[in-house]
Amino acid sequence: MLTLESFTYRYAGARRPSLQEVSLELRDGEVLGLAGASEAGKTTLCLVASGLAPRTVGGSLAGRVLLDGEDTTPLAMHELAGRVGIAFASPATQLSGVAATVYEEVAFGPMNLGVPRDDVIARTEEALAALRIESLAERDPAQLSGGQQQLVAIAGLLALRPAHVVLDEPTAQLDPAGTAMVAAALAGLAATGASILVAEQKTDLLAAICGRVVVLDAGRVVLDGLATDVLANPRLADLGVAPPASVRLRRAADGMGLSPAALARLDGSLAP
Amino acid sequence: MTDLTLDGVSYRYPTGTLALDAVSLQVRAGERVALIGQNGSGKTTLVRHLNGLLRPTSGRVLHDGMDVADRTVAQLARLVGLAFQDPDRQIFRGTVRGEVEFGPRNLGLRGGALRTAVDAALAEVGLEAEAGTNPYDLGASRRKLLALASVQAMGTPVLVLDEPTTGQDLRGVEIVKRVIARATGAGRTVIAISHDMSFVAETFDRVVALRDGNVILDGTPASAFAEESWDALRSTYLEPPLPAVIGSRLGLGATPTDDALLAALAAGS
Repeated sequence: MLTLESFTYRYAGARRPSLQEVSLELRDGEVLGLAGASEAGKTTLCLVASGLAPRTVGGSLAGRVLLDGEDTTPLAMHELAGRVGIAFASPATQLSGVAATVYEEVAFGPMNLGVPRDDVIARTEEALAALRIESLAERDPAQLSGGQQQLVAIAGLLALRPAHVVLDEPTAQLDPAGTAMVAAALAGLAATGASILVAEQKTDLLAAICGRVVVLDAGRVVLDGLATDVLANPRLADLGVAPPASVRLRRAADGMGLSPAALARLDGSLAP
Repeated sequence: MTDLTLDGVSYRYPTGTLALDAVSLQVRAGERVALIGQNGSGKTTLVRHLNGLLRPTSGRVLHDGMDVADRTVAQLARLVGLAFQDPDRQIFRGTVRGEVEFGPRNLGLRGGALRTAVDAALAEVGLEAEAGTNPYDLGASRRKLLALASVQAMGTPVLVLDEPTTGQDLRGVEIVKRVIARATGAGRTVIAISHDMSFVAETFDRVVALRDGNVILDGTPASAFAEESWDALRSTYLEPPLPAVIGSRLGLGATPTDDALLAALAAGS
């Protein structure tokens, strides 16, 4: 379990804190969605939750981040890396840049944590299979498309087998097939008991994989609840978040003054 | 204004991958064309031929019927503005204004005309208050809008956008739609690569789907997302937008957008 305990975070030199009095509990086996307008604090929250802020990014943090009840403040980054993994929105930020093949790139993380060789191989092959990119294993990561690179970056994260995974818009660069692959991989990971925090603009994806969704606005948590409730909340659009396609369609139908019969027809077709 | 033609264009990367396989495509001046297809299907390779960043291995690229093989990238930049998928590969100046100025200045704009073009482009993407800001002090989504503004400011007859809505929130997507509407309103051609099928259906009048470097669908959103096209879409791992699926389920015909579906529902009851 990852617990953010009433924390406030300010980047070095920033006038205002980017996150204010945020409390959040990420339970084992849970997929928690994080939504919000651009610059609402989603990326910053991912950095704090993974321990990169303030350790690597700098800035000042008030409040605590707990891993399974243990205060992470005294832990160094390498002590955290095996327990909380993070995937960035841009694979260019994530990929090591030193691996000549996709296989080596995915193996890079566990190798650097000193995982035994056979285990590195097993983890690498499992991660490649989970994202169905075995065929890319011998390719040069730098020569792949943006979407393929993102799948490689996420595979590298899975190979670390962290108990807590933080993903910042992991599917931004992906096509619908890649998005579906990531969704399936995350669901599979959650089923192993890992806890997952995923920031996304694609609310259809959040609706598909999250039990719970939190919405940030100007650095504060403004909505927190069951995914179905939060994603249907009428305030969502005002908070800069595009509702899922079905919610948007249903709301447009209400605005059109359709006959009860036509609305009933629509509702019938929207039912899962 | 410029008509674009790809005439049997093939492109093979030095690695041996055939990214475009004899693609022929005509885009008339003022059209709004969405390019769709799974990652690696050839979309980005295709648009990079339009401004000469890539040259066909075989086949020809024509602007208004003229083969552009012997024109330089600098010459083609007057005709085709390209906003990259990743703005950080594009942004290099120290201020937002400097970034947007660079393109039109290179096209020869100076003084008041330059200022007007830059101010208009910044206002269009909501960055007018950030003119003096360092681009890297903006968040990723606003850097993407900045990259869009800097291409928009060049006023090229053809505007090419590589996944313009990636990472944008609701407001950002509305801004992108507005930029596209203004550009085509001024008679410019807009070609955009996108994975967002709702955005495609709502914003473009023509949809071209690629698979393995071949054009497999080319038509209006209504036809590209109609049930007859679903097999082709799914062969490149795309799903039709929700209103198209619902319209088909209810026997209402091709309804690629919420508006089209709701209008058909209202008419049918």
